[in-house]
Amino acid sequence: MSAMQKLVGWIDDRFPLTSNWKAHLSEYYAPKNFNFWYFFGSLALLVLVLQIVTGIFLTMNYKPDAALAFMSVEYIMRDVEWGWLIRYMHSTGASMFFVVVYLHMFRGLMYGSYRKPRELIWVFGMMIYLALMAEAFMGYLLPWGQMSFWGAQVIISLFGAIPFVGDALSLWIRGDFVVSDATLNRFFAFHVIALPLVLVGLVAAHIIALHEVGSNNPEGIEIKKHKDPITHIPLDGIPFHPYYSVKDIMGVIVFLMVFTAILFFAPEFGGWFLEPDNFIPANPFKTPEHIVPLWYFTPFYAILRAVPDKFLGVVGMGAGVVIMFFLPWLDRSKVTSIRYRGTLYKTILTLFVISFVGLGYLGTQPATTVYTNIARVLSVIYFSFFIFMPWYTKIDKTKPVPERIPE
Amino acid sequence: MSNQQVDRSKRRFLVAATTAMGGVAGVAVLTPFVMSMLPSERAKAAGAPVEADISKVEAGMLLAIEWQGKPVWIVNRTKEMLASLPKNDPKMVDPHSEQPQQPIYCKNETRSIKPAYLVVVGICTHLGCSPTFRPELAPADLGPDWDGGWFCPCHGSRYDLAARVYKDVPAPLNMEVPPYKYLTETRILVGEDTKGA
Repeated sequence: MSAMQKLVGWIDDRFPLTSNWKAHLSEYYAPKNFNFWYFFGSLALLVLVLQIVTGIFLTMNYKPDAALAFMSVEYIMRDVEWGWLIRYMHSTGASMFFVVVYLHMFRGLMYGSYRKPRELIWVFGMMIYLALMAEAFMGYLLPWGQMSFWGAQVIISLFGAIPFVGDALSLWIRGDFVVSDATLNRFFAFHVIALPLVLVGLVAAHIIALHEVGSNNPEGIEIKKHKDPITHIPLDGIPFHPYYSVKDIMGVIVFLMVFTAILFFAPEFGGWFLEPDNFIPANPFKTPEHIVPLWYFTPFYAILRAVPDKFLGVVGMGAGVVIMFFLPWLDRSKVTSIRYRGTLYKTILTLFVISFVGLGYLGTQPATTVYTNIARVLSVIYFSFFIFMPWYTKIDKTKPVPERIPE
Repeated sequence: MSNQQVDRSKRRFLVAATTAMGGVAGVAVLTPFVMSMLPSERAKAAGAPVEADISKVEAGMLLAIEWQGKPVWIVNRTKEMLASLPKNDPKMVDPHSEQPQQPIYCKNETRSIKPAYLVVVGICTHLGCSPTFRPELAPADLGPDWDGGWFCPCHGSRYDLAARVYKDVPAPLNMEVPPYKYLTETRILVGEDTKGA
C-alpha cells in the first residue's frame, strides 16, 4: 500500500472522503446525452466562486462610508495594483452571473427539469435567483454613484407602497429618512456576509437535491428506470467524473474567452454593465435625467411601470418573480421535454421568451405612451404563460416518448 | 426505572411548553437586532429643525435646503404664478389638499402660510425621486398647457406650482409640505411649528 493510499485510508476512517467523492463525482451517474445547455449550472458555480474571491479582495480597499465610498472605488480603479482588474472582474461577473443563470433557467424550462421528482431543485433554484437579485441590488449601492443612490431610493420606496406598514418598513430598511450612510453601511454588511452565506447554503441544497434524484436530460427520459441488473448502474448513465468534469472544463474555456473579452475590451459594456451616471458621485439633491436599473432587473421594472397604479404595480412586479416558483405544479403535460411536446407549447414558449426579452428592453427605455402600451401587452403574455399553463399543457398534442434515450 | 411506562401526554406537554418558551426567548433575542436597524439617535437628531433665510430668495426663484437629509424647497412665487393656481384645479388629483400631505395651516389654495412662499419636501410621492423645477411657461418638452411646476424625470409625474400632482401621472399624492413656522418676517424654521397654529 502506497503512502497516499494509507493517508486516504486514515482519512476515510475519520471522514467520508472517498464515499463522498464517489457519490457526487466518480459514481454519480448522469445521463449520457447532455448538450451545451448543461454547461450553465457549473458555470454559475464558477461565477459564484469568482464573485466571492474578487469580492474579498475588493473589501480590502473599499470603504463603506458615504463620505469615502465613491473615492475608495476610484482609488481601487486607479491606485491599487491591479485593482481595476479585480473591480472589473467583479462588475462583469455580476452581469455574467445573470446571463448564465437566465440561460440555466431557460434550459430547465425547455427540458422540463422542474417536473416531478425535481420540484425542490427548481424551488431551491428560484430561491437562489431571489437571493442573487438582493445581492446584486445591494452591491450596486456600494460604489455610491448617482445610479447607486437613486436606484436604491426607488427600489426601497417600492416597499412604501405596501398598505399600512409600508412607510415604517422602508424607514427600517434605510435606517434613516432617506438613503444615507446608515443604508450604505448595512447594505455592505448584507452584501459581503449575510447574502453570500445564504447563497452558498442554497447552492448546497440545490446540488444535494439534484444528486438525490439525479439529473434530467434533453430527452426528459428517466435514466433510473433502466438499470443494469447486477451493478444497478443506469444503462444510459455515465459517471460525472471524468466524462462531465472534462466536458465542463471545455465549457469553462469558452466562457472565459467571452468573459475576458468583455473584461478587457468593454468592461462597461456600453453602459449595460456599468451605467454612465454611476461615475458621478451620489447627490441626494439631483435625480439623474433617466433612471434605469441594470439590465437583469428591467423585465420586472417594465411590468412595474406598465401598471398605472402604484401599489398594483409593485404587486405585479413581485408576482412576476413569485409566479415562477409554482412552475412545477402548473405544468400538466404528459411529457417532460420540449422534444416531445406539440406546436402549441412551442408557440407559447416562444411568445414567453419574446415577452421577457421585450419587457427587458422596454425597461431600459423612457416610458413613452407607445412603449407603455407595448409593455402592457407583453406583461399580459408573460403572465398568461403561467396562468393558462395547466390548460394548454394538458390539451397540447404530444409525441410518444421512448423508453430509453435514443442513440 | 426502565420498566416504567412512558407518560406520552406529559412528554408532549413538556415538549410543547419548552418549545413555546424557547420561541418566546427567540423572539426576545431577535428584538434588539431588528431594533438596531431603525434610525439611530444621531439620524433622528439630524432630523432636527433647520432655519432658513428667505429674504435672499428672489421672486420666481427656488432655494433648496436640507432637512432630515431630504431636499426642502422654498419658492418665492410671483403674482402671475399664484394666479395660475386656481385654474389648474380641474387638472389636479387633489386640488383642495384633502389628503394629509400638509399641516392643517397649509390646507389652502396656495398650500402655504404666506401665499408667496411655498415650502415643500422635494421628493416625488411615486418612488422618491427629486423632481426638476420647471417654472417656465409652455416649454417644448412639456407641452403648451404647462403653467410651471415640477417634472419628475424618473417616471414622468407632474406637479404644479403649489406642488399639487396632476391627474394621469404615476404619483398618487401632492408633494409633502413639512411642518414649519416663521421666526421673523424673513426667517423660517423647517421641521417644527407652533402647536395648534
